[in-house]
Amino acid sequence: MITVTDLHKSFGSNEVLKGINNKIAEKEVVCVIGASGSGKSTFLRCLNALEEITSGSITISGEDLSNPSVDINQMRSKVGMVFQHFNLFPHKTVLENITLGPLKVKKETKDEANEHARALLSKVGLEDKENAYPKSLSGGQKQRVAISRALSMNPEVMLFDEPTSALDPELVGEVLAVMKNLAEEGMTMVVVTHEMGFAREVGDRVIFIDEGAVVEEGTPEEIFQNPQSERLKSFLGKIL
Amino acid sequence: MEYIIGVTPYLIKGIQLTFIITVVGVFIGFIIGTFAGMGRLAKNKLVFWISTIYVEVIRGTPILVQILFLYFGVSDLLNLDLDKISASIIAIAINAGAYVAEIVRGGIQAIDKGQTEAGRSVGLTSAQTMRYIIWPQAFKQIIPPLGNQFIISLKDTSLFSAIAVHELLYMGKQYAASTFTYFEPYLMVGIFYLIITIPSSIILRKVERRLDV
Repeated sequence: MITVTDLHKSFGSNEVLKGINNKIAEKEVVCVIGASGSGKSTFLRCLNALEEITSGSITISGEDLSNPSVDINQMRSKVGMVFQHFNLFPHKTVLENITLGPLKVKKETKDEANEHARALLSKVGLEDKENAYPKSLSGGQKQRVAISRALSMNPEVMLFDEPTSALDPELVGEVLAVMKNLAEEGMTMVVVTHEMGFAREVGDRVIFIDEGAVVEEGTPEEIFQNPQSERLKSFLGKIL
Repeated sequence: MEYIIGVTPYLIKGIQLTFIITVVGVFIGFIIGTFAGMGRLAKNKLVFWISTIYVEVIRGTPILVQILFLYFGVSDLLNLDLDKISASIIAIAINAGAYVAEIVRGGIQAIDKGQTEAGRSVGLTSAQTMRYIIWPQAFKQIIPPLGNQFIISLKDTSLFSAIAVHELLYMGKQYAASTFTYFEPYLMVGIFYLIITIPSSIILRKVERRLDV
């Protein structure tokens, strides 16, 4: 589904990603863990071409992101993205937030888009909020709307960039529950997270990134019960 | 008192022209400024430099020089038969446009980068993201400084008395010269400017407060 080959990314002279190779299979849930500044968010953002890669290649469903003949907007619409700070559109209602992409990119009719959006809202438990504006929602509700917005494009893969890091602790659960549901429905997911409980329970595979490289990867059991490298051991020691 | 009454009809004529030049000029300036402001943020180097040079040249020279250059200089060079009122409107539009460009640029830059990323991530093009996401939010932010620019441009029109446009100051000046009285006419000219600027400020503050909610 996604193939990442020798991915390098530098900001100026600062090399943030130093050659990442990975394959993400269809319906796989991959959790990316690592310390702040390790490059894990940058890695995720590269998958959506929000960051231009310095060298290497990323292919999604067989299409190379760096190939100039690939329509990047079309490509992005197949990849849903959920941000740490939600990034909902404050001047639009919940329903409008969700339908903007389908209306403008997929050229759905208003009725189709609204119907689809309402179905998504009821899936995330917010069917009564369609006319609310983002500022009246709690963080957890905002993130669930953001997930619905990403799903409205029927993406083939969903990327989550620390989706619960900006939430009050008591609101984390409702967002993780939605994500867990999504995983159970067979969505391909790449999740950058500090929620080790989620990684352990929902993840098929865990990738530990440190200093811009994949240091260790494996099943949640392998990573959490039996870490090999010193760096992973020390990282887990600090957060668990 | 008789001079106050005497000058008033002249000033009423003058203020109408002042108002028309300002409204039309600032409106066109707003359109110019919107494009120039986005141009200042463009990745395209040519667009960026054209916008930047425009803004810097206009902000760096007095509007009096600009109107004289346009009305006498440019029209002479190109053999244009430019009437005074058109020249005034063009001058205000070009001048206000440069300031509006900076207002627009600031307004767009004030919008969180995450908004652009969210728009792009659902597949919107950069133009669609600007139109549906960034611009509506930026516009709210730039209304107060735009109102401010309107007031500044309104006062700038007084400089067009230099090319004998029959605007507010010019009318007062003419009356003063023909009656050899100076206190009352210029007092009234000032009051007439305030008749527009004070209500404008009040409306502006109301709009600001409403946007704040």
